[in-house]
Amino acid sequence: MSALLIRSIVLVFLAGILGSFGAVFLKLGALRLNHSVLSFVNSRLIVGVALYLGSTVIYLSGLKGGPLSVLYPMVSLGYIWTLLWSKLFFKEAMTPYKFAGMALIVVGVFLVGLGSAQ
Amino acid sequence: MSTIPASPASQSDAASARRRSVILVSGCTVLNAIAQILFKMGAHNLVLTPMGLLTNVPLIAGCAFYGLFTIAMVIALREAELSVMYPIIALSYVWVTLLTYWLLKETPNLYKNLGIVTIVIGVAVLGRGGKK
Repeated sequence: MSALLIRSIVLVFLAGILGSFGAVFLKLGALRLNHSVLSFVNSRLIVGVALYLGSTVIYLSGLKGGPLSVLYPMVSLGYIWTLLWSKLFFKEAMTPYKFAGMALIVVGVFLVGLGSAQ
Repeated sequence: MSTIPASPASQSDAASARRRSVILVSGCTVLNAIAQILFKMGAHNLVLTPMGLLTNVPLIAGCAFYGLFTIAMVIALREAELSVMYPIIALSYVWVTLLTYWLLKETPNLYKNLGIVTIVIGVAVLGRGGKK
């Protein structure tokens, strides 16, 4: 694995984590929405959108230096962060299906990573 | 499942609504895959200045497809049961991988293909987790 590919993998990984926090802030902002259009102008929604934009820029910078067939599957790790934050911040239930799905996604991303080293 | 016994007519209505959602969401995953290929092409010449971004044609086209995907997805998911749609949404990973082999000439191998199948199964299983 070249240094450039490792850099790309790290960038796409970080973009995924940043994007998952974007979703958390959008959810926090959405909880404060009411009938007024002005309620869309709230700091949480703005932070959420900013995190998504930042995540996109880092993702695109990462895409530059590696094959898409290796980097795109890493986007699925976003499901894992989202489930973790949902449990941590919103006390959403963790079910055996969610655990099993998370484990399979990690194994899948690991296999794709092995494929890139071939 | 509804506890109210459904008449044959409403059952077939539900079946055709579900079929429509499945087709719509499948179409959305293709739009997403095209957007991802365009993003990769755009990333190749990525210059993070306003002018650099605005003159990056593949990147702008990718954003357009991604926007279209998002709007179509919101419409498609309105009448769909999300847990049923998860495996279909995960088809994006299959399309993107196939398109990278075909259009970007990235090298296929067994590990990548097995990894994609595992991820799709993982997303499908995770989608069931929303139900009790």
